[in-house]
Amino acid sequence: MSEVLLEVENLVKHFPVGGGVLSRQSGVVRAVDGVSFTLRRGETLGLVGESGCGKTTTGRCILQLERPTSGRILFEGIDLAAISAAELRAVRRRVQVIFQDPYSSLNPRMTIGQILAEPLQVHGIVRERTARQGRVEELLVQVGLAPQHARRYPHQLSGGQRQRVGIARALAMEPALIVCDEPVSALDVSIQAQIINLLEDLQRRLGLTYLFIAHDLSVVRHISDRVAVMYLGKIVEITDRTALYEEPRHPYTRALLSAVPIPDPAVEETRERTVLRGEVPSALNPPPGCVFHPRCPIAVARCSAEVPALREIRPTHWSACHLA
Amino acid sequence: MTTLLQVRNLKTTFLTSAGVVRAVDGVSWDVEEGETVALVGESGCGKSVSALSIMRLVAEPAGRIEGGEILYKGRDLLRLSEPEMRRVRGREIAMVFQEPMTSLNPVLTIGRQLTEGLEIHMQMSPVQARARAIELLGMVGIPDPARRLAQYPHHFSGGMRQRMMIAMALACNPSLILADEPTTALDVTIQAQILELMRDLARRLGVAMLIITHNLGVVARYADRVNVMYAGRIIEQADAREIYANPRHPYTLGLLRSVPRLDEPRRARLDPIQGQPPDLTRLPPGCAFSPRCAYRVERCSEAPALESVATGHRSACWEAMRLVKQLAA
Repeated sequence: MSEVLLEVENLVKHFPVGGGVLSRQSGVVRAVDGVSFTLRRGETLGLVGESGCGKTTTGRCILQLERPTSGRILFEGIDLAAISAAELRAVRRRVQVIFQDPYSSLNPRMTIGQILAEPLQVHGIVRERTARQGRVEELLVQVGLAPQHARRYPHQLSGGQRQRVGIARALAMEPALIVCDEPVSALDVSIQAQIINLLEDLQRRLGLTYLFIAHDLSVVRHISDRVAVMYLGKIVEITDRTALYEEPRHPYTRALLSAVPIPDPAVEETRERTVLRGEVPSALNPPPGCVFHPRCPIAVARCSAEVPALREIRPTHWSACHLA
Repeated sequence: MTTLLQVRNLKTTFLTSAGVVRAVDGVSWDVEEGETVALVGESGCGKSVSALSIMRLVAEPAGRIEGGEILYKGRDLLRLSEPEMRRVRGREIAMVFQEPMTSLNPVLTIGRQLTEGLEIHMQMSPVQARARAIELLGMVGIPDPARRLAQYPHHFSGGMRQRMMIAMALACNPSLILADEPTTALDVTIQAQILELMRDLARRLGVAMLIITHNLGVVARYADRVNVMYAGRIIEQADAREIYANPRHPYTLGLLRSVPRLDEPRRARLDPIQGQPPDLTRLPPGCAFSPRCAYRVERCSEAPALESVATGHRSACWEAMRLVKQLAA
């Protein structure tokens, strides 16, 4: 197996509630509550879960856009919390991000060429002006756009083209790891497959490692080598793709899979579905014991009292369920 | 079954800085009593504008219904006066929007938003309306409904707000509900709850539904009949089972092939539709899908009409028959 690129150890991120000038701190939102995983060079780890489960916050901590409350993030063996600002800048180049919304993540007043050239200049990657233009054109071609697109503005492009620009911008830094935060969920169905294929091609060609954050389980299955399922700030199951989709061992994973409608009426007609009761509880006041127990179809008395540890129920398959 | 709604050659345009956009360009479809019909397509295909046109809520003066007929129980809604139309909205045809956060009034209580329509449309007294509001909230699965009446939308979660929207839609016993992306903003587990709820209530109360969505899975599970839209036109229409089993338009086929499916072995590579979504201000002559189409022939510069290809199945493609052969091969 290839070397470990990223190691997340017991990551915790709590956001205080209140505590402004006028009010006292009234509680904490446990957005990420003890998350650990490793990511090997060249692989894709899918991070799935519903809104508020902490998947985006986990990504933002890795990107150092949030300061973790506790826990360690080791990138190529270096603890990102323990290094100087200058060292962090160097690491940041190697960890890039693709955002969900290509509409709001590109500056509307800059041409595509300027958007792509700016980081090359700021980081001193390509110092000479004409060489920079050449690199911009190369990047555009790499993501399936034409060199002429450099002169356009974001509003002159379609959503899919804008997302290609977002990908080109991430590639400009020659990163090792890209955090893809819902990169296709704002795109039309017919365009999603184009972008997923592009991400896969680039990974193969450039040896990229992806942390692929998404809520669409079919897309995550397609692109990921391994998948982690999050619920209320915790990883409840993590294993390789095939095991997760074919033999899910956590009741939440099973419910998620069962909630996805299959695009085929003949299949849907006979399909049994588990529709979960209730809604995701507040991360301000998570339930005791297993955080999933109030909605769990198979919960027993123990589940409301004792927090289940994420344990290896068989080689490389981890589940945080007493009954797994 | 009798036909509840017949849309005939509906045309809705918008005047933009780039010229006149034909958002809905001569579409015809209908809804039988009690059935669920889907309008499927991607952003800008005209599916939402179709629903707004039925309610006559297209924003004027930029937007204009240029022509066609919308026959509801035999009456043309486009010929009604505004006061007559107000008696149709909410009372006969109700709407559920995608964004429950923005389509509820933040400064009115849940109770008031439910009772307002009941008092106006059904001439109920405040006491009667309150009793009915409690009944409605219970029906859509909101616990402790009497206490909830005094609360405001911000006290509700996204799923609860969508339940509330459904309660409002059902309040006056409409015959038809137009649901525009009713679960797109919701998480998967909540999406499943809401869709099951809508289907159960529609069946129990005999309400017909128009579901507007881009999600092919949702259509497969909940729709009886399907209309696929592209660039303001219907390009294929058939029963749900038929359209998924035998798509006869390259766009429908492309959509079905491009999505990864959980019930099938993982494919090494996805099969996307090439090219970009259409720009409505610069449509090509003839078939709007032709620039992206793998089955394009010379004749595609002429617009194909929506024509019957099998019983109850119509496609707007010159090559519909070739498509069938290639599928079988």
